Amino acid sequence: MSRYHRRRLMNRAMEVLATVAALVAVAVLVVVVISVARRGAGAIGWDFFTKPQALFGQPGGGIANALVGTALLVLLATAMALPVGVLTAIYLTEFAPRRLAVPIQVVIDVLAGLPTIVIGIFVYALLVIGHTQSGYAGAFALAVIMLPLIARATQEVLLLVPGTLREASLALGVRRWRTVVGVILPSSVGGILTGTVLALARAAGETAPLLFTSSIFANTVQTDVTKALPNIPVLIFTYSEQPDPALHQQAWAAALVLMAFVLVASLAAKALLARSRRKLAR
Amino acid sequence: MTESFTIAPVIDVAQMTQDSRPSEREVVFDIHDLTVSYGRVTAISGVDLQIHRNVITAIIGPSGCGKSTFIRCLNRMNDLVPEARIEGQILYQGSDLYASGVDPVEVRRRIGMVFQKANPFPKSIYDNVAWGPRVLGMRKELDERVEKALRSAALWDEVKDRLKKNALSLSGGQQQRLCIARAIAVEPEVLLLDEPASALDPIATSAIEDLMHQLKREYTLVIVTHNMQQAARVADLTAFFSLEVDETRRSGVLVEYDATSKIFTNPSDKRTEDYVTGRFG
Repeated sequence: MSRYHRRRLMNRAMEVLATVAALVAVAVLVVVVISVARRGAGAIGWDFFTKPQALFGQPGGGIANALVGTALLVLLATAMALPVGVLTAIYLTEFAPRRLAVPIQVVIDVLAGLPTIVIGIFVYALLVIGHTQSGYAGAFALAVIMLPLIARATQEVLLLVPGTLREASLALGVRRWRTVVGVILPSSVGGILTGTVLALARAAGETAPLLFTSSIFANTVQTDVTKALPNIPVLIFTYSEQPDPALHQQAWAAALVLMAFVLVASLAAKALLARSRRKLAR
Repeated sequence: MTESFTIAPVIDVAQMTQDSRPSEREVVFDIHDLTVSYGRVTAISGVDLQIHRNVITAIIGPSGCGKSTFIRCLNRMNDLVPEARIEGQILYQGSDLYASGVDPVEVRRRIGMVFQKANPFPKSIYDNVAWGPRVLGMRKELDERVEKALRSAALWDEVKDRLKKNALSLSGGQQQRLCIARAIAVEPEVLLLDEPASALDPIATSAIEDLMHQLKREYTLVIVTHNMQQAARVADLTAFFSLEVDETRRSGVLVEYDATSKIFTNPSDKRTEDYVTGRFG
């Protein structure tokens, strides 16, 4: 076989391999969605969303308390992580000298890669030992997970803002902070929201940190953040360990709800990002 | 510095700018031995130059000779470049622009700048002009201030009915005039223009040039241009920068600074003559 043919064949083989790999990735998601839906769809109905968990041993019940709790946890976590994440990104892109920006960047990347169980143990040691499990401890753990994600996403959109806009503002004799607030942030709000929604979707499904901080909860709707808040990930985890097949089905259904939320959030984030890109691109 | 470098002759400004009264001809910028380098690269070296009030001074020269570097020193925009090092002295109305107590933000407020590429904020036309004054605490009679700035920039009649429209909907020439309006809305004392018309068509360029003649009455203008005809049309004084290359390094130097008519018709330096007659650059 000539060299020419060998190269051509090699190219063809690699192309096929890459295509197959991409198809496998898509197939995994499809298989997961189908198997979860098949097992859980039966439990989904009006009651499932509106009723709290049934008392132990009772039939029926829903996940209303866990839905409310997860919403509260995630909102609280966002409230903690968003300002810190955005300010960190602003510091890194607008203020930090290079010799500080580089190490801080590394720290944030490490934080993003930290196993969530480690974050869970850390918050457990910090806020739960000596106190009790609580919604704010859970939210804090989730916020630690969200922080680097929001900071990273914000940084990326801040870097998209053309340098000429910064120059225009600074040349007017406007201070850097006012430039950030008046010119740079308004141009990047869309991107920051996108990053936040993605981080929020990620945090909504995190289980490990909540096992330590917000896992022993009542089966009623609970809004007091000083107590452990019911939540979907932990509910899925506990139900799947029960012997009752009805609870198994509910666990699958809850997983389906969680997955649907992540899917919708990702699509919404994508749409938001596309909109903000269009706005910046003139 | 090599021997061939000529110091600009003493210039009789009064003779060249007939319409300005003696009191207005004072020196605004007095630049001594200015050398600017980025890291290990020297951009300009040993520049001595005086810029006069209510006069248009043009900076011309081939690409890479440090024209923009020079003009960016005048309002300390080069401070934003981490590697930039500035040596020598720039006196602005008698005081050292780079003295330790001087706040670069305040310098930029008093010495405005218009850039090569029009860079309006992605806000409404009105907000583009009003934002600077608002942030800097000049909130009184903001509407009047915006109108005055837009009129000075010869843009008012074109935009008065759509002030709330996004500035990015304007044409390139209009955007650049909007940037000029934005710069003068905060009432600077000097306006620096870094190739303001290089991205514009001839009609828009002509509008900007007419505008400069208008603005000269109130402001001191310094314009960087690589368009020699433009310098000849608008400037009272012209400084010619060139790139001096010797074995070890290359840097921009000021070759000749004189009345525009002299630079273009009877330059004293051979290098100026070669450039303005189109033999290089």
